[in-house]
Amino acid sequence: MMAAIETQDLTKRYGRLLAVDRLNLVVERGEVFGILGPNGSGKTTTILMLLGLTDPSAGTVRVLGRDPVREPLSVKRRVGYLPDTVGFYDELSGRENLRYTAALNGQTGRRVEARIEALLEQMGLGEAADRPVRTYSRGMKQRLGLADVLLKEPELVILDEPTLGLDPQAAHEFLLLIRSLKEKGLTVLLSSHLLHQVQAITDRVGLFRKGRMELVGSVPELARQVLGGAFRIRVRAAGPGLEQALGRIPGVLRVTEEAHGYLLETERDLRPEVARAVVEAGGKLFELELEEPSLDEIYRAYFQGVNRDAA
Amino acid sequence: MTRREGSAFSGLGVVFLKEFADQLSGIRMRMLELLIVLTAMATIYAAIQTIKNVVGEDVFLFLRLFTTAKQPLPSFVAFMGFLIPLLAIALGFDAVNGEFQRRTLGRVLSQPIYRDALLFGKYLAGLATLGLVLLSVWLLVTGLGILFTGLVPSGEEVARGLLYLAATLAYGGVWLAVALFFSVVFKNPTTSALAAIGVWLFFTVFWGMIAGMLAPVISPVHYGFPEEILRQAQTELALARISPNTLYAEATLALLQPEVRALGPVLPAQLEGMVLGTPLPLSQSLLLVWPQFAGLIAASVVFFTLAYVVFQRMEIRA
Ligand SMILES: Nc1ncnc2c1ncn2[C@@H]1O[C@H](COP(=O)(O)OP(=O)(O)O)[C@@H](O)[C@H]1O
Ligand SMILES: [Mg+2]
Repeated sequence: MMAAIETQDLTKRYGRLLAVDRLNLVVERGEVFGILGPNGSGKTTTILMLLGLTDPSAGTVRVLGRDPVREPLSVKRRVGYLPDTVGFYDELSGRENLRYTAALNGQTGRRVEARIEALLEQMGLGEAADRPVRTYSRGMKQRLGLADVLLKEPELVILDEPTLGLDPQAAHEFLLLIRSLKEKGLTVLLSSHLLHQVQAITDRVGLFRKGRMELVGSVPELARQVLGGAFRIRVRAAGPGLEQALGRIPGVLRVTEEAHGYLLETERDLRPEVARAVVEAGGKLFELELEEPSLDEIYRAYFQGVNRDAA
Repeated sequence: MTRREGSAFSGLGVVFLKEFADQLSGIRMRMLELLIVLTAMATIYAAIQTIKNVVGEDVFLFLRLFTTAKQPLPSFVAFMGFLIPLLAIALGFDAVNGEFQRRTLGRVLSQPIYRDALLFGKYLAGLATLGLVLLSVWLLVTGLGILFTGLVPSGEEVARGLLYLAATLAYGGVWLAVALFFSVVFKNPTTSALAAIGVWLFFTVFWGMIAGMLAPVISPVHYGFPEEILRQAQTELALARISPNTLYAEATLALLQPEVRALGPVLPAQLEGMVLGTPLPLSQSLLLVWPQFAGLIAASVVFFTLAYVVFQRMEIRA
């Protein structure tokens, strides 16, 4: 089966500005893929090209095996899209808004009414379903947006900055909803500039900068590439000569001294070896913690590196 | 370019129905309806007062209801000519940029429809709303006329009345297309409303003067020959007819005043054999206004096409 999304040297030019520069992106079916990058790095432009809502300047796109430029209707029939700032018809109720979307997809009748009802319930909008959208909070609108996207029973869901403007609690709940789509077998592409949020729910991420996707992979893979060691172990211990003892453990890449101990970058989870080394060196071990690398860190480290190289 | 997949009009009916429902339920619509109904009643009432004195002298007395003015009120027809463009502009000025402002455009266009269907559906919904308002006002006015004068319109008067409605709808269609065009061009609804009203004011107030000033430049009268004078008059008329207002005024005139035999300058030679003052049969009046009808529809098509072209290229993100 073909990948859900496949682009080849996809490029978008606005005058002299390269908004997207020779993008080669492959998103497999059933995957949750995050495109990450600061504002203006070309995420939205990429998404619009995937949907055939803006024409590429060069390169090719395949979405679910089709070309969105030449077959926009069959792509849009199977792809759900939540824009970065989703809007509804304020004077209509949530249910009426969904009805309109359903009708635009050629769905009418009792089966659709039931589906709308079920989606509203699922998104926690059962109570508000018949109130005008004007009265909805930002988080409710976003959930209505997700219902709107799921209404057409898409195979691929594209979400642009889905947590933008949500408070941390609402954002967290919304991310869980997105993650639950994967269990239903959907492919999800989401963009964000909030890295730690995305880390929790994506299988793979692509890091965008100035229109280019510079890194792509799972978070541990990227950590290995960018941070060197994939694992970080925080040791709270005291004793003479500990730094050397820790440095001698096979698989430890780097030892940095911290306020109450050391931070180790390692190739594997070396917690047992570290414990033994501390004890054998005659030190006192207070705490040993394996730290997941955060995307934020990867990102900062990578782009700092890039900037330093450039400077 | 290869042929596009699917129909350009899939989703058209859905868009039309939603927009039509929106228009009919909107506050803006209520206000305008009220305005039109009140003015219609006032002008008709005034006309009835005048007409009562001349009962029996005129075969087309019922049509006079529409065209008679009584100081200080203008006639019903004059009022409609003034209000219909405003109504059309009110219905269309935020058609596209309103979606943009509400951030619904991206969501709607990511459904399996072409942009064509959205634009055309909105236009048709505006036109249908306009048609509905016109028809109700006309029925109201006719009913009031029958009630207060005791006259019953003849078949021909009804036919002429309906044709007048059709001409008014075509005229409204032009301003709707103008408003739609500006709603695509300008992101801000206030700007697009002002632009559309500006164009309307230009044609209503200034175009006549400009035509009057340009005609002597284009077709000067050097020696005072009748041909020269005629040519200048014709030039001025041709210029004036660029304005949809002129076309509409001519169409109204010929439809509601059956004794009008020609639109524009008439030579004595052409009048030979004509019995002045006798009304034209309906078919002849229709023939007379056919070019005006065609002109109004062409103007709508031009503005709609312009709107379409700009909309196709428009970036949908904020
Ligand atoms: N319609 C447009 N005309 C000109 N430049 C644009 C247009 N849309 C986006 N851009 C530019 O393209 C670049 C990428 O924008 P975008 O894809 O929106 O980034 P992101 O979604 O990652 O914040 C930005 O520099 C932006 O200013
Ligand atoms: Mg963006």
